[in-house]
Amino acid sequence: MKKVMRLQTLSSKAKAPDKKSKNLVWQRIKRNKEIYLLILPVIIYYILFHYKPMYGLIISFQDYRPRKGISGSEWVGFENFLTFFNSIYFGRLIRNTLRISLSTLIFGFPAPIILALLINELKNVRFSRFVQTVTYMPHFISLVVICAMIREFVKSNGFITQLLVVLFGYEGKDLLSKASAFVPIYVISNIWQGIGWGSIVYLAALTAIDPQLYEAAEVDGANTRWKKTIHITLPCLLPTIIIMFIMRMGQVMSVGYEKIILLYNEGIYETADVISSYVYRMGLVNRQYSFSAAVGLFNSVINFALVVIANKISRSVSETSLW
Amino acid sequence: MAKVKNKIRESTSDRIFNVVNIVLLSLLVIACFYPFWHVICASFSKPSLFMSHSGILLKPVGFSLAAYRKVFENASIWNGYLNTIYYVVVGTALNIAMTVIGAYFLSRKNIPGKKIVMVFIMFTMYFSGGMIPAFLNIQSLGLYNTRGALIFPSAINTFNLIVMRTALMSIDDSMEESARLDGANHITILVRIMLPLTKATVAVLILYYGVSHWNSWFPAMIYLDDKSKEPLQLVLRQILIINDMSDMNIGEDQELISETIKHATILVSTVPILCLYPFLQKYFTKGMMIGALKG
Repeated sequence: MKKVMRLQTLSSKAKAPDKKSKNLVWQRIKRNKEIYLLILPVIIYYILFHYKPMYGLIISFQDYRPRKGISGSEWVGFENFLTFFNSIYFGRLIRNTLRISLSTLIFGFPAPIILALLINELKNVRFSRFVQTVTYMPHFISLVVICAMIREFVKSNGFITQLLVVLFGYEGKDLLSKASAFVPIYVISNIWQGIGWGSIVYLAALTAIDPQLYEAAEVDGANTRWKKTIHITLPCLLPTIIIMFIMRMGQVMSVGYEKIILLYNEGIYETADVISSYVYRMGLVNRQYSFSAAVGLFNSVINFALVVIANKISRSVSETSLW
Repeated sequence: MAKVKNKIRESTSDRIFNVVNIVLLSLLVIACFYPFWHVICASFSKPSLFMSHSGILLKPVGFSLAAYRKVFENASIWNGYLNTIYYVVVGTALNIAMTVIGAYFLSRKNIPGKKIVMVFIMFTMYFSGGMIPAFLNIQSLGLYNTRGALIFPSAINTFNLIVMRTALMSIDDSMEESARLDGANHITILVRIMLPLTKATVAVLILYYGVSHWNSWFPAMIYLDDKSKEPLQLVLRQILIINDMSDMNIGEDQELISETIKHATILVSTVPILCLYPFLQKYFTKGMMIGALKG
């Protein structure tokens, strides 16, 4: 039955070449009727939970009142944006966001690469498995628990604070009450959470290196492990590193709010408050919907632009791109 | 033979490198593991001794199960556990159903309109309305303070959808063709042919979605009012981050216990994951690889 239909399609194609493509499309749609019904819930999901909120962004150009709704609220143009740009928070938020994300990038990005290289040099398979299992572990702990642990450890009688007291003669105050300590705490704990997990990608790239390369290098005089690492392993890893780095650059203006909200307190907003946590506080705590939606939109637009640029660069540097 | 050669070649510098490497990695292992050990020791310590102790703990100071008794008596933790199980099971079931359907559609060839749907879906990975419009949207849909607010908005993770699509696309077209000739419709093809062939990927996605529901706390904080619907992570936040121990029935003479209670709470809420973890680790790594290959 289906076969006959296909033959018909073919013959009609031969008879009427100008109508052919239109006909073919219609045939295909008819043939796959149920699949369109099947995809319907998915489309509805994306409309309701992704596109409708995007439409909701127009409140950032309004003085939105929940009782009046989007259609009834007054338009104010770019006023919310201007208020944000002119506020004392603007500079601080940009600075903090960039400081936190760049520090995470500079210190957090190489860490898994170094770990992967070290694991790769291990000869004892069991020890290497053990190292991997233990270093992956923090990745599986929920963020709330991770942050609770951090808070306990850096209290004035927590073990990290006490270690600093013993080693460097630190005064012993709760580290999270010191504005200057927030970025180091954030970055170091990020490395702790992600170093093992992040190394998986690089370990996979390392196993793909052709062993003959090492043998050839040996013949050419690279007789120590160090030389082999520098001349063979690293160059082979470079494409992976570049792609991961470019993609990471695309996120340089987006620092997630969850960890920040769980760690910070009013006393250290000066260094700890980032754009997304500010949006949360202004919008959902202070209920200034329009203003915080505007701040959020500002951030989303920048992030979108950065991802597009990163993707362009990635495509020209390597074959890889996100789309 | 080869081994002997290697031994001769291994120079002093290589040997030093080996030792340094092992020492470095051992230090890292300690740094990764010690925090957990510290929590374990603290939770079993005697509250009064623990409070006066500072610095590294190699074993519990004193021994007391009082903290655990308080935690086990705390109804809100168990209620949180039950709610979390509900969100994990129902949420993940919906996730998988929606993801598989969407991925199936996007993986078929010769479906008119597929490209538009693809762009329509992919765009949401790079741009979103953000927190505030999403919050107002939940309110306007009437989902505020319902369990649905924690389940529907995250029904599909687009990245996982793409992973599933890649898996489905790797299946030979002839499978579908021959099934169609036998009169099978798309639902039959998906359930009877495609899913059995992509079991491994589906398993990885179940794990990913399950863990994200288990870890999720923020939507619960902003979308829920009722304590009775709170998932475990939100209860934990209340106890661990906000320091609210009103549910703990701490007597006035027991003020000191609150510190060890926190550590016991961390352990009670994390032990199930840590017990499952060694068995699930390889699936996680596998999933990571599927994702990485897609870039």
